[in-house]
Amino acid sequence: MSTYDRSMALTGQPPKEINLNQKIASIVGMLGLAILLLATFNVSFPNKAFWLTLSLVSISGGTIWFSWEQYKGKYPGIKNDGVWFKSLTNLGFWGWIAGLAITTFYVILYFFPEYLGLVNGGDNKGVIGLFDPLSKALSGNPASQWFVYGALYTVAILAFGIKFMWKYRHNRYERIRTMSVMFFQTSFAFLIPEFMARLNGSSVLQGGSLPFLDLKNIWPLNYYNFESYRIKGFLSSGDIGFAMLIFAILSVFVITPFLTYKFGKRWYCSWVCGCGGLAETIGDPFRQLSDKSVKAWKIERWVIHSVVVFVTLMTTAVIYSYLGNDTSKYWLTKTTFLLGVAALLTLVFAWVMIFKRDQLQKDAKYGAIGYFVIIISLIAIHFFSGEGHVFLFKSGALRKNYSFLIGSIFSGVIGTGFYPIFGNRAWCRFGCPMAAMMGFQQRLFSKFRITTNGGQCISCGNCSTYCEMGIDVRAYAQKGENIVRSSCVGCGICSAVCPRGVLKLENGPLQGRIDSNQVLLGNDVDLMELVNSK
Amino acid sequence: MENIVIIGNGIAGVSAARHIRKLSDKRIIIVSAETDYFFSRTALMYVYMGHMKFEHTQPYENWFWEKNRIELVNAFVNKVDTENKALTLDGSRTLHYDKLILATGSKPNKFGWPGQDLHGVQGLYSKQDLDLLEVNAPNKEVCKRAVIVGGGLIGIELAEMLRTRDIPVTFLVRESSFWNGVLPEGESQMINEHILEHHIDLRLATNLKEIVSDENGKVKSVIIAETGEELPCDMVGLTAGVTPNMDFLKDSGIELGRGIKVNRHLETNIPDVYAIGDCAEQHEAIGNRRPIEAVWYTGRMMGETVAQTICGNRIEYKPGHWFNSAKFLDIEYQTYGWVFSERGMKDYEAHFHWRHSSEKLCITVAYNKETEQFLGINTFGIRMRHEMFDRWLTQEKDVNYVMQHLADANFDPEFYKHHESAILSKYNSDRGTSIKPKKKSFKRIFQLT
Repeated sequence: MSTYDRSMALTGQPPKEINLNQKIASIVGMLGLAILLLATFNVSFPNKAFWLTLSLVSISGGTIWFSWEQYKGKYPGIKNDGVWFKSLTNLGFWGWIAGLAITTFYVILYFFPEYLGLVNGGDNKGVIGLFDPLSKALSGNPASQWFVYGALYTVAILAFGIKFMWKYRHNRYERIRTMSVMFFQTSFAFLIPEFMARLNGSSVLQGGSLPFLDLKNIWPLNYYNFESYRIKGFLSSGDIGFAMLIFAILSVFVITPFLTYKFGKRWYCSWVCGCGGLAETIGDPFRQLSDKSVKAWKIERWVIHSVVVFVTLMTTAVIYSYLGNDTSKYWLTKTTFLLGVAALLTLVFAWVMIFKRDQLQKDAKYGAIGYFVIIISLIAIHFFSGEGHVFLFKSGALRKNYSFLIGSIFSGVIGTGFYPIFGNRAWCRFGCPMAAMMGFQQRLFSKFRITTNGGQCISCGNCSTYCEMGIDVRAYAQKGENIVRSSCVGCGICSAVCPRGVLKLENGPLQGRIDSNQVLLGNDVDLMELVNSK
Repeated sequence: MENIVIIGNGIAGVSAARHIRKLSDKRIIIVSAETDYFFSRTALMYVYMGHMKFEHTQPYENWFWEKNRIELVNAFVNKVDTENKALTLDGSRTLHYDKLILATGSKPNKFGWPGQDLHGVQGLYSKQDLDLLEVNAPNKEVCKRAVIVGGGLIGIELAEMLRTRDIPVTFLVRESSFWNGVLPEGESQMINEHILEHHIDLRLATNLKEIVSDENGKVKSVIIAETGEELPCDMVGLTAGVTPNMDFLKDSGIELGRGIKVNRHLETNIPDVYAIGDCAEQHEAIGNRRPIEAVWYTGRMMGETVAQTICGNRIEYKPGHWFNSAKFLDIEYQTYGWVFSERGMKDYEAHFHWRHSSEKLCITVAYNKETEQFLGINTFGIRMRHEMFDRWLTQEKDVNYVMQHLADANFDPEFYKHHESAILSKYNSDRGTSIKPKKKSFKRIFQLT
């Protein structure tokens, strides 16, 4: 009993159609993609710099023009008309096709870069070859598949970021936040590392060479940051290298906890992070596809916390493997390090159990106890295992498996490839260990919350539907309870789409942060007291 | 174990059921002929607009009801036999109750217009109405023009819905300005402008004379009373308010007026029969409220209250300070306390009005001109903190205090432009005061010491 769009139109807002200019804009964008595709199939372009520029300009120009046509005549306000009628965004035919296409791209990118034209120790061919001029201009080196990916990633965040800002032009929080992710992607993730590569071998670094480093990419998201070759790279590169190492360590233990306390994890997830940046821009049309069921929430908690345990173990093992045993050479030895890790974990665990026990639900408590026991016992096993093996496994094997399963399959192939299937934050929600750690803190020790406005909720469900993290926002709002959830990335869309002005993201005092009234504001005071005093 | 039967699975009935379950172990049965599960009525518009699917409007997952031992019966209640404490369902089955809660909601008003029952003529209230709208107005090819009769909240929502499918809409409003029985003039005027901006053919001070049928008993056009103009159309939306849904209670012995008559304990004249939500009519209005309040929030509050009474703690329905909200196309509206339109204004009531010079933002503050007490506020395009106004109304703050502390009450998203100083400078010049705005203080907002 409805008029779902069954046409194969990729875009537009059924039953409205896209206009002529939008059709032309689509063709322009497609042409840009076609150049990349032709290059992939080894059509050789005479002037690579020209064709690459043409391609990137057409892709972003087409996207921006299309968006302009979509929003130009409209009044500022919520633009979700027809979202659930379009097959691209309602898990329909085109949604699956898009999912399949992006997934295929990721599989090739991660596992078969030679099909993209990667040649080790020679001139690149194919689409990677097409990017050589740009790469050489920035870093002086030929392009790699990661350079191509980074460039396209940046183009996507910029072009779709502009679209997003038009879509939410009435909402300054969304506009400023989007400018922030566009800035961090372009500078920190894309340009600065390329420029830094130019310094390698120079006197500034005392002849050393820095590992490729996106400064805002913090462990454990950047799970390989403390590996032996990188530490060597940092330490060989003079004061700058040393400063970067210190910054990387401070980011984990000081900067992240401090900012998360002040602002919630949104300071990172929806203002800085590249994965978040992509999800919030090109991924925005798919946010409504996240699963809001309680069952999905249960799965989420198990999966994401398992990843945290995995990454912690893996990193500990990797660092352990290259540390020495001789205290006279360096104070940090294998044993000191392990004891340090154990002590730190115990400290956090004890703090949570002593001060925050009441705020945890039962299963979270069980989970914490379980994982704690595992970590301690694994460390104990170390003392009974011989050289070469760390814990139960070889550290190298652990690292390889993590990189394959989590780094490639989860964050890339599933996380982004499945945007049109699981929504745009599947990785952030189910997989990202950084998000989990900040989330843990956000839940227990942060000023951030989404305030529910008294009794104004009408249970309409827009907030839950458009929550990319699959939080059933309405379940809290209709009870008059503030939303304090570890997974919330603070994108602010629940507040934007609320037709009654019920939700507000804010950093406020810790006291009364989780405010639950069984009887909502509006009813008589005696009744409220009666029910709440229970 | 006591059998509690609730007729109606809207917000009132479901709130009652949930709170009875919280307080007791009684058997709870909800009977509804509309849908299997509770959904948010106010969200139906978003389904037609493609913002949500129907299942998204259901606040609880389907397992919720069984887990909380709330039995759901999909049936139509034909008759209530209060002597034998029994209901007749679907013309045959019988269901016994020990306590009965009537939460049957409303139905759209029809004022006896010729042609009001033709095909293509409908109201917008129930899930069935939504399904019907997909038949009557699936797109602009089938529905070349729609005419909406009645300028209230549902009317403007229906207009917004149809516009998302590019269907031309003519909007007949009896009043000389949109909703000016409720809104003060400045606000009503701003909404008029906004309606026109959205390319809705707004006809103010215009009444429907008749709806004309084609040869198949389907609507062909409407005729306007004032001018006699005939407007061809394929769909007519009747949105001239709602009226309690209680036809099946005619011979039940339950006292009926315009709604089901209840006392302050939400009890009808028959023992063990209660009425809550849209369908209930208070014998005497509570404060400035109307005897029948067809509002989401009051339905919820009555549900919370009646649950207490049924579970042995007999209490009066005492709604706190009035509040409400709505959205007119792109403009959000919130109200706290009482701000009456020129038509309903009290003798002691005076208004301060501010409107932004270019954006569609405005507020109206009502105060007592003798005592300076703050009475209420209407805001358009600016979100306000419910808790603050509720507290200020309880504390009977004077209007100057409220104006000075407006920043505490602002609930707009972060980084939004603030308008307090613009508002205050107009206030000062209107009233000859020299108040300076105070900065927002979490200490005051959360009453931290």
